[in-house]
Amino acid sequence: MMEKVLMKGTEAIGVGAIRSGCKIYCGYPITPQSELLAYLAKELPQIEGASFIQSESEIAAINMIYGAAGTGARAMTSSSSPGISLKQEGISYIAGAELPCVIINASRGGPGLGSIQPAQSDYFQATKGGGHGDYRMIVLAPKSVQEMYDYTFVAFDLADKYRTPVMLMCDGALSQLMEPVVLSDTKVVQYEKNWATTGAKGRKPVLVSSLRIEPAELEEHVDHLFEKYAEIMKNEVRYESVCNEKTEYVVVAYGIMARIAQTAISKLRQEGIEIGLIRPITLWPFPQQAFAELSDKVKLFITLELNKGQMVEDVRLAVNGKKEVTFYGRCGGMLPTPDEIAEVIKSKISGVKKCNK
Amino acid sequence: MQQVIFKRPESFTDAFTHYCPGCGHGIIHRLVANAIDDLQLREKVIGVGPVGCSAMIYDYLDVDFQQAAHGRAPAVATGIKRVLPDNIVFTYQGDGDLAAIGTSEIIHAAARGENITVIFVNNAIFGMTGGQMAPTTLIGQKTQTSPYGRDTTKQGYPLRVSELLNTLEGVSYLARVSVHDAKNVLIAKKAIKRAFETQIAKKGFSLVEVLSICPTNWGMKPKAAIEWLEKEMVSYYPLQVFKDWR
Repeated sequence: MMEKVLMKGTEAIGVGAIRSGCKIYCGYPITPQSELLAYLAKELPQIEGASFIQSESEIAAINMIYGAAGTGARAMTSSSSPGISLKQEGISYIAGAELPCVIINASRGGPGLGSIQPAQSDYFQATKGGGHGDYRMIVLAPKSVQEMYDYTFVAFDLADKYRTPVMLMCDGALSQLMEPVVLSDTKVVQYEKNWATTGAKGRKPVLVSSLRIEPAELEEHVDHLFEKYAEIMKNEVRYESVCNEKTEYVVVAYGIMARIAQTAISKLRQEGIEIGLIRPITLWPFPQQAFAELSDKVKLFITLELNKGQMVEDVRLAVNGKKEVTFYGRCGGMLPTPDEIAEVIKSKISGVKKCNK
Repeated sequence: MQQVIFKRPESFTDAFTHYCPGCGHGIIHRLVANAIDDLQLREKVIGVGPVGCSAMIYDYLDVDFQQAAHGRAPAVATGIKRVLPDNIVFTYQGDGDLAAIGTSEIIHAAARGENITVIFVNNAIFGMTGGQMAPTTLIGQKTQTSPYGRDTTKQGYPLRVSELLNTLEGVSYLARVSVHDAKNVLIAKKAIKRAFETQIAKKGFSLVEVLSICPTNWGMKPKAAIEWLEKEMVSYYPLQVFKDWR
């Protein structure tokens, strides 16, 4: 039966994680996602075989996840920007050892201690490899509390399917937002994990490791990782496109910024401006194909982010010089209003019109 | 009638170790294998390897293993043990790994009374990287990064990890042993077995600190290294059982 409840973003992730079969959560308090710890501290111990650990540090948390994931258990940690920076070592090891796990980032303004307000300034860190070495990580960017619930299932599934860390990237606004959520019964697929360390009973010992001391072996291993990443790029791209044949201008935005942009776009459409939206849901793999056809037809791309211009680089790569790609961003935890965004879009459009005259 | 009275433990692979001549790791690995065999744990054990000379311990012990990041083995072991509480989980860590970069993880795993076993090898130096000063390096000891001898005014004092952990309620078994002669090897063997028994009995955190020699990086012949351990290390790191839950 579908339940519809009013829920905070962090709580929706907690419910989604438990229903996804998350067996262990390890985390460290940091604003704006500490409610997730509190929720799982209360709920996980009531489930047989499930554990909650408040770790001594973000580094310990991600390494506990490494150990737990290495036994084949579904494992999750969460944090916000400064804490995610600390987890990068572990994320690199997890990617190298091919362990499935889910990492939540309720990102906030940076650099440094920055602020506790919403931001999208961790896009580079998440999508370009915040840790050392050649690796990729699937990054999902929900835009609502509903999607935070839904994509938690997707995150666990993709992690197991590809033996990879998956980041669910929200921000300080979405994590604190309260919205109605339909708690759909999502079927959880079980994956065979013959690589997991469970004790060498009736089989040869297995090893969970990112160490390949011989250069040829490491190269072969990284090649294997990249074959896997190619599969992910082929199969797992997700995005929302609100464009049609008449679309002349395209806004590119994700997460909470896409929500703000949508309101602005509705207003501009009423004014007769033919404007659409591409909302990447997988930030990696980036939905390049969404831009292929549009780049020939439309006049301008307007990338909107809560940072100083990070995703815009991927948009430019996808558009590949065919059309102008402009950018507007706020940072530091500042959220623009839909009216502000509508004005920005209008000025960008008039700018391109002037250029074309 | 002929009888086998001495053989390789079943949990010990027949691989040649990569350790330097005189290194204590081979002996200590074997003592761990003895404990695993004696307690019939081979099919239940999950080891967690460190970063350092013994990073490839998984080549020598015939059990499931996870390779941890530098110093993080107690956190990794915690994650494993919480999911699989009936398995036997141990870490094997050197003094660079455990006493420098991993101090936070070891202290908190011990404070939580995490039901895991830690084999902590203290040879007073970073071995794998070529002999740099460790937190356990003795006063006056020369290393690559204390070339004039460890000077307490600049480099502080050697860390006594076991004494530090002995203050924590979560620790159930804690001993410092050495493998510099046959008598002490036998004592170490018993201590390591006892540590695993602690975990089997679900009594909480157990750790055995094993003093060991590093002739290569100490710049000594093995015999001189053994004498140095006995004279210098044992006086700063006294051999004793700190805690036993029995």
